[in-house]
Order: sequence, then C-alpha cells, then structure tokens
Amino acid sequence: MAIKAKSAKARRNLSFSGWRRENGRVGVRNHVIILPLDDLSNAACEAVANNIKGTLALPHAYGRLQFGADLDLHFRTLIGTGSNPNVAAVVVIGIEDGWTKRVVDGIAKTGKPVVGFGIEGHGDIATIAKASYKAKEFVQWASELEREECGIEDLWVSTKCGESDTTTGLSSCPTVGNMYDKLIPKGIYGCFGETSEITGAEHIAKSRAINAKIGEKWMKVFQAYQDEVIEAHKVDDLSDSQPTKGNIAGGLTTIEEKALGNLEKIGRKCKYIEVLEPAEAPKAGPGLYYMDTSSAAAECVTLMAAGGYVIHTFPTGQGNIIGNPIVPVIKISGNPRTIRTMGEHIDVDVSGVLRRELTLDTAGDALIDMIIRTANGRLTAAEALGHREFVMTKLYRSA
Amino acid sequence: MSAPQFLVHSPKDNVGVVVVEGLKAGTGMLGVITESDETIRLKAKQDIPIGHKVALKALKKGDTVIKYGEDIGKMVADVGVGEHVHVQNLKTKRW
Repeated sequence: MAIKAKSAKARRNLSFSGWRRENGRVGVRNHVIILPLDDLSNAACEAVANNIKGTLALPHAYGRLQFGADLDLHFRTLIGTGSNPNVAAVVVIGIEDGWTKRVVDGIAKTGKPVVGFGIEGHGDIATIAKASYKAKEFVQWASELEREECGIEDLWVSTKCGESDTTTGLSSCPTVGNMYDKLIPKGIYGCFGETSEITGAEHIAKSRAINAKIGEKWMKVFQAYQDEVIEAHKVDDLSDSQPTKGNIAGGLTTIEEKALGNLEKIGRKCKYIEVLEPAEAPKAGPGLYYMDTSSAAAECVTLMAAGGYVIHTFPTGQGNIIGNPIVPVIKISGNPRTIRTMGEHIDVDVSGVLRRELTLDTAGDALIDMIIRTANGRLTAAEALGHREFVMTKLYRSA
Repeated sequence: MSAPQFLVHSPKDNVGVVVVEGLKAGTGMLGVITESDETIRLKAKQDIPIGHKVALKALKKGDTVIKYGEDIGKMVADVGVGEHVHVQNLKTKRW
C-alpha cells in the first residue's frame, strides 16, 4: 500500500547506493536489456529474454521506413535507452546489420558491454541462439557488479503527471515541486516536459527559464507544437481529449486549469536551464531541464529515460498506472478516493495535504525519502505490478 | 482546525475545489485559501463531487473564472454562489 507521507522525516544524509557505470553516470537498477531495432525483431528479443533469466526484452512498434527527424528520434530513443545507467549491458537485435550496428555503436560510447545481431541471412532461430549465449554472459557479469555509496548529486530525477485532477494541482504536483526546490540546489538533474499540457500557462513556463534566451527557445518549441500539431490536425476544440475524460471526471474543466496544476511540479524557485529535444541527453550541467515531449504518459517517460534520467516521479489524481521497463516510476497521489480504491498503484500518499494535516514541506521530504529508498532498491508499485510500458514517439507517417 | 470541505489556491480566485467525498447540497462548508491560510464559510447549494469546483461568488455568462490567481476560461452560463462549476458552465477561451 501507499506509504503515508506523514510518517516521513527529513533525511539528514542524502546519499544512496547505486551502480557507477563506465562513463561515470550512476544507475539505480542493473538491467541487461534485449533491445529490438525494429518491430520485426521483437519476437527474437522476447525469445532471448525467455531463454536467459534476469534479462529484459523491450518490444516496440516501429523502426521501418522512417526518415528525417522521425528516424533521428527513433535512433536517439533506442541509443539513449541502452545508454541509460540503469542498464548494465545490452543485446541489440535488428532485421539487418546496418541500422543494428548504428544502435550498437551509439550505446558503445558509454563504454558498457553491447553487442548486435542482424537476422537476415541467419533467421530467427540461429540469431536467438547466438544472442542468448551473449545475453547469458552479460547477465552473469552484471549480477556480480556491486553498488557503491553515491551522493544525491548523482541522481537524475524526471517528472510527468497523469490522470490529473484538481487534487494533483493542490497536493501531488506541488509535492514534486517542493522536492525539486530542495534537491536541484544540491546538484541533481531534473526534467519536466509535456508541451501540450502547458497550454494556458505558457506565460508562466516562459518566465521560469533561467534567462530570456532560453525562455524564447522554450516559446518556439511551444508555438511549433501549436502550429504543426494542433492547428494542422485538429477537428474540434480538443475538449474531448484535453482535458481527458479522466481529468474531467476528476473535476478539471479546461486545459488552462490543467496546465496551471501541471506546472506546480517545478516548484517555486527552480529555473530551467535548457530546452531539450525529445530523448536528448542534457549537457549543460546539473539543474532543471525542459524536454519537448508528448503528454501521453508512456511516451513521455520513455523519452526522459532515453535522455538519461534514472528515477521518475509521477503525480496522479485519478490513478494513472504507468511504469517503465528500465526506470522506476514513483507514484504520488493526494486523492483519497484513488488511495482507497487503487492504493496498490500508489507509492506516496499525500492526501493529508487536502485535510490540512500535512504541509507541502513534509510531503516533499516524504517524496525525497521515497526517492532514496527507491534508488537503494525498493521496488515501486509499478515495478511490483509488472508495468513496463516502453512507447516510442513517432513524429509523422513512415515512408 | 477541523478538516476543510474545500480549498482555494489564491485570494484572487472566484472558485474553490471540494476536497471531501460525498458533499451534499445544504452542507455548511469550511474553506481555506492555501496561499494565505485565510478561512471562508460557504453553504453548498448543490451536491458536488470531490475534486470539482464550487463558485465562491455569483458568476455571469461571459465572466472570467480565476483559479491559481490565473484565467482558466469563461463562464458559458450563469452560476450562483455555492453552486457547481464545471463543463456545463465553464469553457476554455482557446481552441
């Protein structure tokens, strides 16, 4: 069940034990993944993961006949996923050798063990056999890697909310904001996104940039989304999907109201220091980043994981149940009905904020406590329930 | 202080959020403005589900609805104080 936030005390020692990878980044999980280049290679990857216990296949729907920026994003997402420090080693399988090698070479830059296999000319069965030998070698090697004590500044923590309602804006989103206000000054990397769900609060989002130049850069990304996606494709006033049916059931009426609650996640003091492309790894040092993402939960978390974030904090009102295969997703909810009816999905219960029994300061400390426990190995609700949603973002139709 | 029936983000807001389940018409409600800790007393005029908004004052069609101290849309029907504000009477000004 969800841990009640009121039981938490502020931690004095903000350290955790994680796996320091070859490139210096620290992971909080130690996965060996079997990564398909394309939809056709899912079957072989799943067969390898079935053969070799302790490995994890990441099936997905795309990778054929993509081109331009959409293909770039496909590669960036796969390479970023393999490069994430929660991953110890990677076996890539693709239908052919060329693009498979491109993914392998991208992941190899981290220095971690990675190998690729093309299916054409060999067939599934021979490929599965070769890949299984390699996967067994990797998983046995990874199982002996030891955790080491790391400072909080080694943590990269992303956020995105889902199935929001008015309680998220009052409790769970500002809990995440309080956490960022406390941990960003200690040197962590943070990340928020959800370009569509800032509609109505874009003046606030722009004003939270570190300087005018980054604010303008953010505004361009926001406007491009409005022009290229909304204006180009809308058939109605979008009030059937933004807010969603779940949002409306929870009391949210307009996109502006939803956006204002959403932005509570970046706290009162933090300024974002750079605007990232989807799945782009941050390069401007510690601090809060904006990533241009969809607001669909699995797409957004997949992109942030590919950017290198190792823990995700996820406020929910009505009860979004999403997880991710390589990144633990911590659920925070302040909706007492959701805690009562689907509490097995929630990690941190901040419903006391609505009853005025719990301050946001204490709620933020409770979340920090849960982040450290999760980093140290506590399985999140989503991990225990087997939620492994890995969803690639597609920018436009394939050729 | 007993637990409030509704919360308000900002003193500028003209709507609050019901934070208890099963709120019935006629209930005398305690509200708290979270930004300033001020309290408000208000009678619910309709049953309002948890998470849904209550009008803190009478609002006319065309009025701007303020929450978080910000514009969240316009009224498309009149509403009385203590009544339910949602998709039946509030719409975005965009799209």
